Amino acid sequence: MTFDLKIDEPHPDHRADGLAQGVLGHESDRPDGWLKVAGAATYAAEEQADDMLHGFLVRAPKIGAVTCPNLDAVRAMDGVRSVLRDPRMIRNAAQGTANEAPVQGVDRAAYVGQPVALVVAATFEQARHAAQALVVSVEEDDVPVLPDTVTPEEPEDQNTRIGDLDRAMSEAAFKVDAIYTTPSMVSAAMEPHAATAHWDGETLTLRGSLQMLKFNRNELADSVGLDPKHVRVLAPYVGGGFGSKLGISADCVAAALAAMELGQPVRVVQHRRHVFEVNTRRSETRQHIRLAADAEGRLTGLGHEALVSNLPEEEFAEPVIQGSHFAYAASNRHLGMKVARIHRPAAGSVRAPGESVGVTAFEVAMDELALSAEVDPVELRLRNIPETDPESGKPFSSHRLEAALRQGADAFGWSRRHAAPRQQREGEWWIGTGMAAAFRVNMVIEAEARITLTHDGATIRSDMTDIGTGSYAIFGQIAAELLGLPLSQIDVQLGDTRFPPGSGSGGSFGAASTGTAVWLAGMEIRQQIADRLGCAEAELTLKDGVATVANQRTTLHDLLSDETIEGHGHVKPGDAFEKVRQATFGAHFAEVAVSDVTGEVRVRRMLGSFAAGRILNPRTARSQCHGGMTWGIGMALTEELTHDRRDGHAVNRDLAGYHLPVNADVPPLDVHFVEELDDWAGPMQAKGIGELGICGAGASILNAIYNACGARVRDMPATPDRVLAAMPL
Amino acid sequence: MRPFDYQRPETLSGAHVAARDGATFIAGGTNLIDLMKLEVMAPDTLVDISRLGLDQINTHEEGLHVGATVTNSDLAADMRVRQAYPVLARALLAGASGQLRNKATTGGNLLQRTRCPYFYDTDTPCNKRSPGSGCAALGGEMRNHAVLGTSDHCVALHPSDMAVALRALDAKVEVEDSDGTRRAIALDEFYRLPGDRPDQETTLNAGDLITGAILPAPFGGRQTYRKVRDRASYAFALVSVAAMVRMDNGRISNVALAFGGVGTRPWRDRDVENLLIGEAPSQKLFDTAGDILMKDAVLYDGLEFKDTLVRRLLTATLTELTQ
Ligand SMILES: Cc1cc2nc3c(=O)[nH]c(=O)nc-3n(C[C@H](O)[C@H](O)[C@H](O)COP(=O)(O)OP(=O)(O)OC[C@H]3O[C@@H](n4cnc5c(N)ncnc54)[C@H](O)[C@@H]3O)c2cc1C
Ligand code: SF4
Repeated sequence: MTFDLKIDEPHPDHRADGLAQGVLGHESDRPDGWLKVAGAATYAAEEQADDMLHGFLVRAPKIGAVTCPNLDAVRAMDGVRSVLRDPRMIRNAAQGTANEAPVQGVDRAAYVGQPVALVVAATFEQARHAAQALVVSVEEDDVPVLPDTVTPEEPEDQNTRIGDLDRAMSEAAFKVDAIYTTPSMVSAAMEPHAATAHWDGETLTLRGSLQMLKFNRNELADSVGLDPKHVRVLAPYVGGGFGSKLGISADCVAAALAAMELGQPVRVVQHRRHVFEVNTRRSETRQHIRLAADAEGRLTGLGHEALVSNLPEEEFAEPVIQGSHFAYAASNRHLGMKVARIHRPAAGSVRAPGESVGVTAFEVAMDELALSAEVDPVELRLRNIPETDPESGKPFSSHRLEAALRQGADAFGWSRRHAAPRQQREGEWWIGTGMAAAFRVNMVIEAEARITLTHDGATIRSDMTDIGTGSYAIFGQIAAELLGLPLSQIDVQLGDTRFPPGSGSGGSFGAASTGTAVWLAGMEIRQQIADRLGCAEAELTLKDGVATVANQRTTLHDLLSDETIEGHGHVKPGDAFEKVRQATFGAHFAEVAVSDVTGEVRVRRMLGSFAAGRILNPRTARSQCHGGMTWGIGMALTEELTHDRRDGHAVNRDLAGYHLPVNADVPPLDVHFVEELDDWAGPMQAKGIGELGICGAGASILNAIYNACGARVRDMPATPDRVLAAMPL
Repeated sequence: MRPFDYQRPETLSGAHVAARDGATFIAGGTNLIDLMKLEVMAPDTLVDISRLGLDQINTHEEGLHVGATVTNSDLAADMRVRQAYPVLARALLAGASGQLRNKATTGGNLLQRTRCPYFYDTDTPCNKRSPGSGCAALGGEMRNHAVLGTSDHCVALHPSDMAVALRALDAKVEVEDSDGTRRAIALDEFYRLPGDRPDQETTLNAGDLITGAILPAPFGGRQTYRKVRDRASYAFALVSVAAMVRMDNGRISNVALAFGGVGTRPWRDRDVENLLIGEAPSQKLFDTAGDILMKDAVLYDGLEFKDTLVRRLLTATLTELTQ
């Protein structure tokens, strides 16, 4: 049996509030947390096998036709077992949910850094050294690498024109018309992509560092030419993904091919420098934003046109304007996307694709409008909250932006700020505050999970991953709550394609999607228990291993003795997406200090106020928001993957050169949750939270920089040179 | 990484013997091992100098003697350094990260290689890495390159913070050649400009072992080290300044200024100091000092900001120290 749910209707019955165990919605440790800290949770590169061989990827140094003239000499080097130049090797990681092989081949490099060979040797050091010795000759193609040197594609379905924006602009009492840019960025997860592959002649078993296993299995099978039935993918622990591990990666396919050729387990770990180029980056963006407002600051027109880039044959285009479709009311609207086909490393999803950079730029523009219209920035947002979806007219499933703005402003002490810039100074440091709204679409992805209950406790199984987000913790809490068990009696097993297919981790949909599947599985078990006790499911109270109906108490032990009960949950997105517009909302507030001498910026404090439906575990939810806000600091101030202007290669491709914010850059971060139960979000009323924290966070910092010192930086990141250049001197 | 031999002698003479055979010294390894992994450097033999007893800080007739393998962390924490040479303590603490400073040594820090990204990328031409192959940085990404002392062959920065402070302090590098003969090289004479041989970075000869650094007693007055960077910690300098200023009767009676983030070597310009000595501080004076400092600067595309930044930093630092 399976409890199936297609989300077509709202779920006004808030069952989670009436359950007895009292763990869901409360702080709870991550069961994997201790294992990770202690080193007991092993990652893909830590898989052991006696006869393990080691593969090292070789990159193309130029773009064009590739040959390897000293292949035989390298094959004869110490320890070398094979040099693969297999046409099935992949050009770059698959896009999220691709479900099939990405572009393959080693004879032609489409970008500098493309893997064109795998050297396999007895030890890692031998493989790395032989890889360095392999000569890769390239007959160079003359291809564009700069986004503004090509005529971009303009996908028609990405173009929205409502009313007459030009006219609204010309009639506006106040307006903004400016260009904002963001650079290429990378996920830079702590754990580099890595895979160990085992082949027994029939079945390929791959331990990888991946986010979405049900898709990854098919992508891998398709890449190497196997039936998915004969492919098993495992990723029980993943050291961060942030989108870069959504699709099958080059290490996985190469390791699989090598294991199949050599009949021995093969491990391939991407060198940190590979990580920056063979997976997917966030595209650089150039955003033209236009705002037209009436005398009260109400938007009459809104324009958001973005130029992004990607390699030929990649479908993904950073959906920069995604949030602008629904963020603000305005009757004249022009939104559009352009995609430049250039030969930089492939672009794909990086945490909060679209809104991360789109909302951030847009919220800087809103700050500019607030200043020119002399309306408080919080008030300006409040005045422009739409009643219904501004383009489709659909109702919002729930809209808590106003609460997020007001509660956030109160908690931050917004009312005490100076509206005009350059009002507060400590020594050489200008002090200022800024804010921004946060928007992120909410998604549900088809997901399944199974729970087996014995008198000892329950086991949850799904091929869902936990990429550091807290999946293990919250699935355990959901099951414990429904089944009335202490958390210590719940075992959560994830990251194995032999388990029912979950949603995978991405797009903030993991907790709500696979979590709902776990909920449904738990409900099916509750139903079975109720049937045994001859009552309705709703009459059943389950707590601490005891079922109570009216005054009748039965222990799980007595109920089950040696039997096992199973529940299988299956959730699918449904008509809800047609009927309502669903999103998560929030507000960011930041205080910064800007050096008048050097243009250096120090963030002094940040507060984020977020509405994301039911918060299943405040600790893991808060941690997600901390991460997102920290990314906002990186986007605003430090992060930029630079590309060589001649061949597009990623120049600063290591963690010393690519500047993530370090501890010293991150001040105390306050997170405030707005109470919200979104009935359209399924039986738990919970929405995604993993990405909301990044959307707009950087804008609050950029706006604070302006408030501090009068420097309006529209090109991110706001490094000291850019701040100085924009500062009124 | 190429296979290599590893030795760990217990005596200086043991190190010298190995050096005569062309071995490469390894101290903290924080730079060398990275370079070896990428095969930018590929020594056949490594000689670990950590057991040679060069890890002491002692008073010296001229001031202080710092052993070559004293770590950056220990040096920054030394009470004598913190009291008499705060410019050095600050420069050290502005460098790298806590973990790196725990391994990085005085000698290794002086000899660390540039962070020019093309130097680390064996798929691109680089005159410093393979002489005569060209310079990929020219015409490429040049935000972290030098504006002073460059040549058509190389525009790479010297990345050290410590060496900038040592240059302002008129430190000397104490060296033993492979025969065991000891000499001291003034820091002013230690680094070479790239010219047409950017691979030759110092005046050391093959086999020379740095045994320590000699810090002369500073001339009194006030000291500071200030570093501007792209994030609050763990980033190389966009621009930095090591400054020592003594004031007498409202005039600058002595000054030493060295700059990081601008030069192909830790940068010091005596003309700037000569201008300042004997003068009363003023914005106009500092502006002129900036003009002198930057008169020969070559500002490639993307590096213009360093001109503004170094002048502002110079003015702010001198203003602070002369108040
Ligand atoms: C990510 C990162 C960030 C960094 N940030 C900064 C920064 O902000 N500021 C800064 O100043 N530095 C920074 N550094 C550089 C760091 O300071 C140097 O790597 C370190 O000082 C080198 O010392 P070491 O002892 O590890 O040298 P090693 O790596 O052991 O050696 C470096 C070189 O010196 C030679 N050598 C070492 N000792 C001797 C000796 N006694 N005699 C002769 N030759 C010798 C070696 O042969 C080698 O060529 C950073 C490094 C990294 C990796
Ligand atoms: S600047 Fe110097 S180190 Fe950098 S590529 Fe050119 S020659 Fe090499």
